[in-house]
Amino acid sequence: MIDFSQVQYHYHQQNFTFDLQVEEGSIVAILGPSGAGKSTLLNLLTGFITPSKGDIKIHGKSVLNRAPHQRPLSILFQNNNLFSHLSAFDNIGLGLHPGLKLNEKHKRRLQTAALQVGVEDLLDRLPSQLSGGEQQRVALARCFVQHKPILLLDEPFSALDPVLRVSMLEHVKSLADSEGVTILMVTHHIGDARAVASDFIFVDQGKALAVDNIANLTTQHANKRLRYFLSAEENQ
Amino acid sequence: MIIKQIKKVQIPGLLLSLGIFVFVSMAVGTLLTHSSDLDISVVWSDPYYQHITKFSLYQAFLSTLLSVLLAIPISHALSRRSFWGKSFLLKLLATTLVLPVLVAVFGLLAIYGNSGLIANLFAYFEMKLPFSIFGLNGILLAHVFFNLPFACRLFLQGLSSIPEQQHQLASHLGLKHWNKFRFVEWPYIAGQIPHTAGLIFMLCFTSFATVMALGGGPKSTTIELAIYQAIKFDFDLQAGALLALWQICLCAILAILIQKVARPALLTTNFQGIDNTFPHDTLLSKCWDLFWIAMITLLVVPPLAMVVFSGINHKLWMVFNDLGFWMAFKNSIVIAAFAGMIAVIFAFFILLASRQWRLVGLNNRADKVEMLATIILVTPGLVISTGLFLLLREFSSLSSLSLYIVIAVNALMALPFTLKSLAVPMLQNAQKYELLCNSLGIFSLHRIYWVEWKSLKRPILQAMSLSFVLSIGDLSAIALFGSHSFSTLPLYLFQLLGSYQLESAAVVSLVLLLLSVGTFMVIESLFKETQPHIKRAKHD
Repeated sequence: MIDFSQVQYHYHQQNFTFDLQVEEGSIVAILGPSGAGKSTLLNLLTGFITPSKGDIKIHGKSVLNRAPHQRPLSILFQNNNLFSHLSAFDNIGLGLHPGLKLNEKHKRRLQTAALQVGVEDLLDRLPSQLSGGEQQRVALARCFVQHKPILLLDEPFSALDPVLRVSMLEHVKSLADSEGVTILMVTHHIGDARAVASDFIFVDQGKALAVDNIANLTTQHANKRLRYFLSAEENQ
Repeated sequence: MIIKQIKKVQIPGLLLSLGIFVFVSMAVGTLLTHSSDLDISVVWSDPYYQHITKFSLYQAFLSTLLSVLLAIPISHALSRRSFWGKSFLLKLLATTLVLPVLVAVFGLLAIYGNSGLIANLFAYFEMKLPFSIFGLNGILLAHVFFNLPFACRLFLQGLSSIPEQQHQLASHLGLKHWNKFRFVEWPYIAGQIPHTAGLIFMLCFTSFATVMALGGGPKSTTIELAIYQAIKFDFDLQAGALLALWQICLCAILAILIQKVARPALLTTNFQGIDNTFPHDTLLSKCWDLFWIAMITLLVVPPLAMVVFSGINHKLWMVFNDLGFWMAFKNSIVIAAFAGMIAVIFAFFILLASRQWRLVGLNNRADKVEMLATIILVTPGLVISTGLFLLLREFSSLSSLSLYIVIAVNALMALPFTLKSLAVPMLQNAQKYELLCNSLGIFSLHRIYWVEWKSLKRPILQAMSLSFVLSIGDLSAIALFGSHSFSTLPLYLFQLLGSYQLESAAVVSLVLLLLSVGTFMVIESLFKETQPHIKRAKHD
């Protein structure tokens, strides 16, 4: 459903080339060393940056001419997901209407999403009155009310402790399964990828060097750089 | 890189900043056409022009020197002592720069003037006051009164940005007094000196109301005042235009020189006055610090106290029954409110434009946009007024336009301050929320309301109150356009001072003091209650 065909991008004398497909309903972990281009891949898809060549299609339609908010995807950043001066309710509501003009239907949807992620009692709090996990759950609720077929996670749970992180990811996974949402997640933790992902993309030197089923994410993989990356990560 | 070309949100700001530049250029252009047959080299040969140029530079130099030198021991003493009333004293120090000039002048006259407190004291012992406040003495005194507290505050900020660990390290290494000052504290003060001195020099060089009130005749006149006198009293437009151009040239040269030597040191700390480690206290250092703290207290507090005490007198009802007072009062409020709002709205849109470029690293472009809007810094308000005066004289009757011109000039003069105070919070907002807003499709009015206004209410209102207070105390724009039928409180006060109606002047001074300092305090206290909210919000 997501199709990068010969997408090229240049930044500070670094070249990025992506040519890959993602199946509908899959949960794809994006792995790779820092600075290799994981976030560039996501930013190309979201439209924060524009490729110099190639095309990006979603559901067979090119999205290059569409602004980020017009693309069929929602995003969870690593931080600054919430406006710190607005309540949790308002923060979720901005996913429904950019001027917070909410009708009854909107409000019901907002309540349902809050219930799904378990923040229904925290809606009138400011982000500063929420824990890190609660903040990201509020942001996740906003992603759900947006009702987009693709969810991008740019390491949103990396600041949480390992147990909470995995439970959040499993939560996301079960919600995604029931809604049929496709997920792309950047992660530093190979364990997280193995726990929730169905596939993985290994990004290194500005390219997707390997796109494969998660079962093949082993130190016996055919790609040499992936083997090196995995052994280095697992030795930590 | 996001997108390099101009975005839609940038258009209003770019147009505004271009518009300001054109507006100022037109005013200056009018000056050029009026002085076309006059050679600027006349200034070199005319002994009077030579004299006022020298005097302008000389008094600015002395004022700067005194303010900066005295600020060093004072800020040092304030930084390492905590005492009863310290936070109040620091608040007072913060008010002197926004205090209407004539209010301060009144306060200083009440202490040091010919019939002031000190003169009375001397008279009691049947002695004559050994100095006169008019002339260079008074100008220096007033400039130091305004700028010494300002320099102290900037140096204090520098000192309070010394990390706690460095104080501990210093005491661990046994660095005492002079050595600690030399190795630990001095570098933090020194970093502040170039731009502080540059700013004070510019403020004093272009000082108008102080010199107008305290300068004694042609002997102690600055260029700024000479422009005013040429136009208002001698009706010599050519001389006024020539001097205005001369002033622009000097200001531009000074601004460039200052920019060259002074890289503004970025201070990130909130000035809170930390308790630094200070285990080597001695009686001598106690006396030393006491001396300097007493000095700044005696400089700042008595004139302000005199304004308050002498303001409540039997002339109060007479002033309050004067229709002229209320007209001036109304004009002042209208001018300051509109000028304040315009200055903030313009700054907001200009920063929307420039921060978009800062986000993608095009800082040079952003600087240029902001510089166009702050062009007023090298073309003093009086010069703009002069140009407009000459330009509009040809089109219509001036009196019908005076109000709008005074509002426009005051707004322009406040703009550099509002730009400066909003630049950082607006850039931070963009850095935090640009991607989020793009991904959620929060644009234009929605973004301005929900993202910018909701989170920047405090700095926006503070900037607005700052420009309100600056405008309400301004005399330079109104001086040229004011008349019997059109006056503001500062002009009204000036006229009272000029005709020696000191008791009525005291009342008006108090009203102006309450309006300016009061506005500040109201805005501050409005946000006191919500402050814990904001503080906590910053943690995530």
